[in-house]
Formats: sequence, structure tokens, C-alpha cells
Amino acid sequence: MTGTMNLAAEVQQASGVASMAWLLLVLPAFGAAVLLIGGKRTDKWGHLLGSATVIAAFVYGVVLFLDTKSLGAEDRLRDVHLFDWIPVNALDVEFGLRVDPLSLTFVLLITGVGSLIHIYSIGYMSDDRNRRRFFAYLNLFVAAMLLLVLGNGFVTLYFGWEGVGLASYLLIGWYQDKDFAATAAKKAFLMNRVGDVGLALAIFIMFKTMGSTQYDVVFAQIGNQSTATVVSIGILLLLGACGKSGQFPLQAWLPDAMAGPTPVSALIHAATMVTAGVYLIARSSPLYSLPQAEDARLVVMIVGAVTLLIGCVIGCAYDDFKKVLAYSTVSQIGYMILAVGLGPAGYAFGILHLLTHGFFKAGLFLGAGSVMHGMNDEGNIRRLGGLARKMPITFVTWTLGYLALIGFPFLSGYFSKDAIIAAAFSEGGGRGWVFGGIALLGAGLTAFYMTRLLILVFLGKPRWENLKSEDGRAYHPHESGWTMTLPMIVLAVGSVGAGAILSGILPEWLTPSIGELVEEHGPLSHTLIAVLTVAISAIGAATAFVVFGRREQPVTRPARVSFPVRAARADLYGNHLNEALFARPGVWLTRFLVFVDNRGVDGLVNGIAAGLGGSSGRLRRLQTGFVRSYALSMLGGSILVIAALLMVRFA
Amino acid sequence: MSVISSVLLLAQEQQPTAPAKVEAPPVGAIWPILIVLGAACVGVLFEAFLPRHQRWPAQVVLSLLTVVGAGIALVAYATDAPAAGELAMKGTLAVDRPALFLWGTLLALSLGAVLLIADRSVEPGGAFVASAAIRPGTVQDRAQVASTGMQTEVFPLTLFALGGMMIFCAANDLLTMFIALEVLSLPLYLMCGLARRRRLLSQEAAVKYFLLGAFASAFFLYGVALLYGYAGSVRLADISAAAAGTDRSDTLLFAGMGLLVVGLLFKASVGPFHTWTPDVYQGAPTPVTAFMAACTKVAAFGGILRVLQVAFQSTNWEWRGVLWGVAIVSMVIGAVLGLTQTDVKRMIAYSSVAHAGFLLIGSIALTEKGLSGTLFYLLTYGFTTLATFGVISLVRDASGEATHLSQWAGLAKRSPLVAAVFTFLLLALAGIPLTSGFVGKFVVFEAAIDDGMAPLVVVGLVASAVAAFFYLRVIVLMYFSEPAADGPTVTVPGAFTTAAITLGVLVTLLLGVAPAFALDWASGAVFAIR
Repeated sequence: MTGTMNLAAEVQQASGVASMAWLLLVLPAFGAAVLLIGGKRTDKWGHLLGSATVIAAFVYGVVLFLDTKSLGAEDRLRDVHLFDWIPVNALDVEFGLRVDPLSLTFVLLITGVGSLIHIYSIGYMSDDRNRRRFFAYLNLFVAAMLLLVLGNGFVTLYFGWEGVGLASYLLIGWYQDKDFAATAAKKAFLMNRVGDVGLALAIFIMFKTMGSTQYDVVFAQIGNQSTATVVSIGILLLLGACGKSGQFPLQAWLPDAMAGPTPVSALIHAATMVTAGVYLIARSSPLYSLPQAEDARLVVMIVGAVTLLIGCVIGCAYDDFKKVLAYSTVSQIGYMILAVGLGPAGYAFGILHLLTHGFFKAGLFLGAGSVMHGMNDEGNIRRLGGLARKMPITFVTWTLGYLALIGFPFLSGYFSKDAIIAAAFSEGGGRGWVFGGIALLGAGLTAFYMTRLLILVFLGKPRWENLKSEDGRAYHPHESGWTMTLPMIVLAVGSVGAGAILSGILPEWLTPSIGELVEEHGPLSHTLIAVLTVAISAIGAATAFVVFGRREQPVTRPARVSFPVRAARADLYGNHLNEALFARPGVWLTRFLVFVDNRGVDGLVNGIAAGLGGSSGRLRRLQTGFVRSYALSMLGGSILVIAALLMVRFA
Repeated sequence: MSVISSVLLLAQEQQPTAPAKVEAPPVGAIWPILIVLGAACVGVLFEAFLPRHQRWPAQVVLSLLTVVGAGIALVAYATDAPAAGELAMKGTLAVDRPALFLWGTLLALSLGAVLLIADRSVEPGGAFVASAAIRPGTVQDRAQVASTGMQTEVFPLTLFALGGMMIFCAANDLLTMFIALEVLSLPLYLMCGLARRRRLLSQEAAVKYFLLGAFASAFFLYGVALLYGYAGSVRLADISAAAAGTDRSDTLLFAGMGLLVVGLLFKASVGPFHTWTPDVYQGAPTPVTAFMAACTKVAAFGGILRVLQVAFQSTNWEWRGVLWGVAIVSMVIGAVLGLTQTDVKRMIAYSSVAHAGFLLIGSIALTEKGLSGTLFYLLTYGFTTLATFGVISLVRDASGEATHLSQWAGLAKRSPLVAAVFTFLLLALAGIPLTSGFVGKFVVFEAAIDDGMAPLVVVGLVASAVAAFFYLRVIVLMYFSEPAADGPTVTVPGAFTTAAITLGVLVTLLLGVAPAFALDWASGAVFAIR
């Protein structure tokens, strides 16, 4: 505990390679600027520039990583001061970068996965007239996301936070001519605002109580604050995390966000942006690790556990390829939040799962994109099927991602998810059983819905053969070009191997940022938990095979289903809840205010205006145009002036 | 005539014993005035002796050279002028910092006004009538334009008026001030009646202005007489000294002051003495309106500042409340009556009444800040108004200027540049930040609040808000209305008008963005009280 609290004192000014860290922000921002300002002139080579800037950022990130790796563990926290951003009286916000293991981990994830997805997009968006603008937005996103993770204070983080929100909004609404895309973009933006209010309030409280919003100052002083302050900051930060990461109760926007192009879903709404909430909590580990923050951590764990269950359950019922993956994302981020809520026992595992998830979920999304690309953008899994033979590369890479996700032994997910489940059990007591049990149940459900997806899309009979897509074309599934398959292959390799490699080195590597990994042992041994998890996952997958694999599936989804399926199809009534709790009272309040505005405010304003206009019209008649009346008014005025002067003097 | 004779009488009484030996007074400080008045006389000679076709170029060159030359003389003097100012012409003129600032303002504004007056491209043959018998637009009219070019009497008249204004700002006694008042007014009366088009309107305006001006001069002179009775002198410093310590009847003092101030307020078109303003602004040829609106306002407020701060400083407790009332009336009249105007020139006239109210607020803040703020406001307002009337003169149809607001509808679609420039000027008049109007209002209101006149400032702000409506209405009209089918066209201005408008717009922008240097010039100005 003390180790994390002293973090602040050990931050050093960066030199050498690290002092150039601003390049990370500038490269993609430059790409975005050129593409947006250059307009149509850059259409020909815009996608190449966009990809090149991100790849260059990745290369620099690797160099920076190696440089940091070569330092001793105690020297790995470094700050790059760029300029004083907002020096106003007592508020002094510095624009600086924090180069440490945690932010570097994210830098590599963002630029690495980002590069792959840029390359993939060259092929995926090749038919889109506005491909250049698409790359500009992607670059904008990468720049903002890097600012988010690299900033050395909460205000810089907030800047990046809003920047990725903007990029996400622009990209969800990419297909502007489609109503549902515009609605989804708006929904995402609005629900994110709810979370952002939490983050903003947390920042305000920090400034009020500690006089600064820089990480080093805040984390150095947070220990001296009252429990109420610590808990309220903790819960408000969590609200921010819930908004950005699609956690309960703000999860409803993320599945709708799949309205954007698939590379966007993979990059922003699966691999990187939605994990910002996890980053926020891990970054604030000095706060959450405090004994005073016990209650805040409990809330974090509850949110994580509830969300992971919600995501699994709804994922079982959806028929839209990308939406199932989206709910899977919601659920997996639930695991991460649960992990970081566990405190020092879980931070590293949360980040580990975040990284492995970044690999396999991006791969799964890209696979989904590849399928849709070859199937006239068909996303309904009931109209797919038997595609394994038509798209062998997609099938193999997707299946590897699938196996990694359900925790097949010795693939990525096995190391990261099982570690979280074990850490949850080791929380001890009733809590350990509850959270561990939920996490275990979630693993089974995950295996169930992912297997369902695999069967319906790649195995079974080709149900699409006698169907036509909405625009009347027949389906001619085909494998995608190399720009699309290459990133999928790379990500598949990552899905297979990343877990084994990272689980060995990550906890030690992250220690300078988030403290030592505390290993605790619960009532069940780690081996037993691993066996249990694999067994439950196997049961889930087997159930799916029994239910979906043995008989033919209807092309339209059955209408008469049991209550749990109906509830899951309705997002477990999450939208209804939001509607009833927030939207409807909001509408009433709005109507009331409109009424007040129309009658009261407008009445007043119009009344004044009418009064002035009327008096103007009447006064105007005094301006008769006759010199005699002008002279009279002058005389009257003079008499008044002189009388007033004399009255003042002699009164 | 009796008025004039009494003036002479007073003048003789002022210096009952003429000195035996007459020495030529030193003229170093007043070269600008001498240059302007001298050039005006030369201009008259030009009219008399030059052949017709040479008069226009000669007069234009002479007038511009005069203004520039006077400006150079002014700068040359001001660079090493004594900080406390000095008296010239045997104590009749006080050449001090405020006077120098006002002279500079007047000369700069006159430069723009002369350019507008000299323009022959917007209206062929200039804006001024040549022969009363020939109707504009007829064959004879065109023939006359071809043969004579432009009537040029207006140039020496302008210079005489300018000379009067400069003396007016620096007058150290009330009689000099009165003479200056007449010198500046008489040419203006004439110039108002010279419009080439809408001659009846123009002549009516001239007669109204003359009659009411004479009426106001009578007030002024009667006030001077009463004050002489009170103080035994017409020198401002003597009146101040008398007010500080005599046992004479204060009735004389305050009645005299009231009458004097009324005469001054009339010239500054402060409500309720503004009644001539809309009619005259509308009727006068637009270049003359520009000259009058910009320069007369500067001169009149220069006089008001000097009289209030030098002669009546010590009695301010008594008169300040009354002038509060006058300022409020002026702002309210200007803002409220402006709302229902349908003619652009009348609208700007009411705007000038409202601005006069704002200026009066600064004038009665009897602090150094009040003085410098008012001086700065005059500078900003003068240039903005000058450019505004310059733009108004460009929007024309077959019968001359199209000043009715309905004719301005949709102007932005036809002439985006003119509409943009006019929008900028209107925003400056409304006092929107990044224009000089905002800075001017800000410094004046700031000075007033420092001097304990917060309620007056509140009224001023409300009046600005109301006045903003009619400025913005024109902008809305220009940008968001469909153009009228047979609407006016915008004449492409010649070099002169372009230069004048550019000058006004640039100064408006410059003083809005970087006002510090002009504020520095205006600050630290104190009247030479002697």
C-alpha cells in the first residue's frame, strides 16, 4: 500500500528517447489534420498517409518501450513537461505526458491494434467514396486515445476522453444516410455525457480538496483526505468509466454503436476506447488501494459482476453478428472492471485481460467484418451458415479468436480470464464466493453464446443459398483480400500466444505504475479453479452444440420463445429502465421548461419588446417635422434644465 | 444684429484698456488652425479666379494637403509640447493635451470626410447641386456634369467649418467659443442644403438646421451674458474662480450655465435638444452628413468637456444630477425612437442621439479617466460613423441613394462585401467586442462607475441593449431576407470613397483589437486651467 502511495515522489523528468513522446500525439494528429484540411486533393493517398502515421507511432512506441525496459524498475516513471496549459490563479494545469509502464502498455496496444486495423480498413473501405475522411477520423481517434492514456493529469485525460468520444460519435454515425446510424451515434454521445459528468465532478472535487488535478499531486495527497472525499471521487470516477466502457447501467449504447463500419467496432468499440474505463481505474489505483476506498471498490466490483452477467445473457439471444460480439465486449469489460475492483490483487489481471481481449476481440470483429464484406453486409447470423469452406482464412483466424475468448487451455483467454476468476475467489469470505461464482458462471455462458455464433455462421448448412440480400443481390461469399486477412492472421497469432507470454512478464512490468501484485489464496486452489473454469466452459460449448448444432436452424428467428429469451432480446429491459428512469422524466421536465419559456420568459421578452416598440411609435409622433414644435421641445427642455439646476441649488 | 453688437460690446469690455504697444502673439502652438483657415481663404480665391475645369482638382489637392499639412504641424508641435499645455493668442486659446487630441481626431476625420465629399464616381458630378434650375438626371444635367465636373464651393466651406471646430475645442473663453461655434455652424447650414438629389428635403433640412441653430446660439449667448454678469469675465478660469468664492447670486451662475449648456447640447445632438438631428442627417448630402456626424460631435463634446471640467468643476454637486437626467433622456430617446425608423440615415441619426447620451456619461465623470475615456469614445465613434455614411452613399437606385430600409433587404446576396462591411460597422455602433465601439463604451462606463455613477451605467447598458435591436435588424434584413425585385444596386465606389471607408473600417477594427496606443494618447490629458 505504501508502495503505491509513494509513487508520486518517484516521477522523474524524461530525457533521451522519452522526451520525444509528444511525437506519439503529433503523428496521428498530423495525419488527421492533413486529411481533413486537404480535402478531396488527398483522396488518392489519404489512406496510406493515415496508416503510415499510426505505424510510425507504433514504431516509436516500440522504441520507447525498449528504452524504458532498459531502465531500472524504479526509474520507469517519467514525465514529459510540454507546456503550462491552463494557468489561472490557483488552478495550474500542466500539459504533460506520463511515460510509464501502464501508459506504454496502452500505447503499444492502441498503436499496434490501430495499425492493423488501419491496414484492414484500406481493403474494407475500398468501395466507400469518403474513405479519406474515414481515415482522418481514425487518426483523430488514435491521437485522442493516446492523449488519454499519456496525459499526466486528470484534465489532460479528460481532454483525450472527450476527443475519443467525438471520434466515436463521428464514426458510429458514419453511414449518415441511415437513420439507425444517426440515432446510435446520438445515443452513444448522450450516454457518454452522463458518465462524463461523473468524471468532471470527480476532477472538480480533486481541485477543491487537493488544489490540483495532476496525477503526482493528487495521488500524493489522496491519503490525507476524508473517507467521504475518497469514496465520492472513487464512485464518480467509476461513473465516468461506466459511461465510456459500457458498464451497467450505461451499457445500452455499446451494442447500438455497431452501426458504424466494422473496423471502427473492432478498434474503438472492442479493443481500445471502451477499455478507457479500465485504464482510468487502474491509473487511479493509488486511490482505490486506500483502505478508505473499500466501499468504492465494492461498488466497482458489483458493477463489473452485474455487467458481465448482463452481457453474457443478452449475448445468448441476439441474432446480429456484431451485436453479439458487442455484448460479449460488454461482458468481458465487466470482467476487467471486476478485476481492477479487486484492488492490488487484480489490477494486473485486469490489464492483462484487457490486452489479450484487445487481440482476440479485434480479431473476432475483423472476422465478422470479413464475413459481412463477402456477404453483401449481411449481419443476421440466421441468414449465414456453412461459410467455413468459402472463407477458410477467416474461419481459421476467427476460430482461434473464439477459442481464446472462451478460455481454451493455453490460449490467451485461459491465462487472463482464469486469473480474474481465481482472484475473485481469493477475495475471501462471502464476497469471494459470490463474485467468483458469478465470474465462473459467466465463463460458461460465454462459451455457450460464442459456440452458438460459431455454429450459426461457419458451420451447418449454407442457409443463404436461396436468399437474397436486402438490396436484391444474391450472396456470393468469397475470401477477402490480403489487406484484410493479414491483420486477421496477426491478431490470431496474438490471440494464441499473447496470454502465455504476457501473463509471465506483465505483473512485474506494471509494478512501478500500479504497485505489486498481491497474491492471495482463497478457499479453492488455483489449479482447481482452472479445472473448474475449463469444465464449465466445456459444458457451455457442449450445450450450444446440442441445442444449435444438431438440427437445422430457421432463417427467421422464432417469435414464440420463453420469458428469459424475450427478456434477453429486449436487452434485459435496460432500455426500458433508462426510458422510465431518465428519458421520460427528462421529457416531462423539458416540456415544463418549454412551457415556462414560452409563457413566462418569452411573454416577458415579447412584452418588453412590444412595450418599447409601442412607445417608440407613440414618441415618434412628437417628431412632427415642424420647426416650431422642435423649437418648443427645445425650449421645454431648457426650462426644465434651468429649473432643475436652480431647484437643486436652492432647495 | 443686436446679438452681434452685444458680442462686440462684451469683447470690448473684456479688454477695456488696449495695450499701447501691440505685439504679435506667438503662433507656434496654433499652426494647425492657421493652416486650415488660411487654406480656406485660398480655396475661396480658387473659386473666384480658377477656370471651372481646374477647380475640382485644385480644391481637392488643396484640401487634402491642408488637412495633411495641419496634421504634420500638429504632430511636430505635439512631440515637444509642454505637458501642462500653454495659452495662445493672448489667452483666448488653451492648447493643452485634450485640445491636441481633439485636433488630431478632427483632422483625421476630416481627411475621410474630404475624400467622401470629393468623390465623383458614385454620383456623376458629385453629391452637390450645381444649378437649382436643372433637375438631376436630365439631358441638361448630364451636359452640365460634362462641362463643369463638380461644384466646388463645398471645399472651402468644409475647411472653414473645420477651422471653427478646432478653435471651438481649444477656446479658453466663452466669447471665442461662441465665435468658433458660429464659424463652424454657418458653413454647415449651407452645406446641408447643397444636395443634388431630393433638393426639397435638403433645403428644408438646411433651413431647419439654421433656424434651430440660431435659436440655440441665442441660448448660448444669453448664458454667456448671465455668466459674465456673475463672474465679471468670460474666461473659463475666471468663472471657475468666481464660483469657488464670491457672494454673488448663484441664480445668475446656474441660469447662465443652464443656458450655455443647452446651446452646447444642441450642437452635440443630445436629447431632448436633438430634434434637428434626424431631419438634417436625412436631408443633407450624405458626405456632408458624414462630416457633420463625425466632426461636429467631436467638436461639441470637446467644448462640453472643457466647459464642465474647467469652468464648473467646483459646482458639480449641483448640476451633475441634472445632467444625469439629460443623459438618460438622450439614451432613451435615441434607443427607443431608433426602433421604429424606416430610413437608414434617420436610424443612424437616432443612434447618434443615443451615443451622445453615452458620451455625456463620460463627460460628467469629472475624473481623468472620464476625460480620457470620452476622448477615446469620440475617436472611435467618429471613424465608425464616417465609414457608415460612406457605405450608405453606395447603395443607390435610379433616383439616388436608396435609404429606405426595405430597399436594403437581401443586400448580402448581391453585394456580400458591402453587406459585410456594413455589418461590421453596425456591430461597432452596437458595441460588440473586437470593435472599437466596445472598447469606447467600456472605458466610458468604467470611468463612470469609478466616479460613483453605477445606476447611470445600468441605464446606459439597458439602452445599448435596446439599441442593439435596430442595428441587428438591419443585419437580419441584409442577410436573411429575399432581395426586392427592383432593389437598389451597389455602386462600385471610386478610389476616394473606398479610401474613406477603408480608413474608417480599419480604425474601427484596430481600436477594437489593439486600443492600447490610442488609450495611452488619450490618458493623462488634463485641461490647462489658468
